[in-house]
Amino acid sequence: MIADLYTIVLVSAGCLFFLAGTLGLLRFPDVYSRLHALTKADNLGLGLIVLGLIPQVAGWGAVFKLLAVWALALLAAASAAHVVARAALAHGVPAWRRR
Amino acid sequence: MSTFLLGAALFLLVNVAVGLLRVLRGPTAADRMLAAQLFGTTGIAIILLLAVAGGESAALDVALVFALLAVVTVLTFVHRFQRANGAGQEEEP
Repeated sequence: MIADLYTIVLVSAGCLFFLAGTLGLLRFPDVYSRLHALTKADNLGLGLIVLGLIPQVAGWGAVFKLLAVWALALLAAASAAHVVARAALAHGVPAWRRR
Repeated sequence: MSTFLLGAALFLLVNVAVGLLRVLRGPTAADRMLAAQLFGTTGIAIILLLAVAGGESAALDVALVFALLAVVTVLTFVHRFQRANGAGQEEEP
């Protein structure tokens, strides 16, 4: 019962972060700020969902797999953000300035 | 519980569909790649939710492979993006 409540709360919070990431991807003015929004969805959204699902799976092997998925997604998101920003900068994509 | 998890997976699916707008609109190729990155991560989350909702622990391995593929996808894009001529031109398929 407590485990179910914990799962519901954390998975809902994770979905909220995914929504925030998608909204940021749509509404932010340039590539670099969209990268910010995206990494929030990646790290926090996926992380909260993984943490919320931990009490629902059976066995420590499955828990380890969930954490491994989160760790891999973190690595992927970090490298992706870095290389995409560097490539965009090298191509001269201008950063948005407040006018 | 599985109903709630299925509902959360559906919500994330709607998120992905909305993210398609960035693929359509994004002025540079980097924007479209960001949307693809979002699809990858959201796909991982959806697979995790479906795996737990349906009791299929084998689908956790699928999510693991998905995460690995996401790394390769983005690095491949950037490699091509850096070799393309001009800033953010359309790349040939």
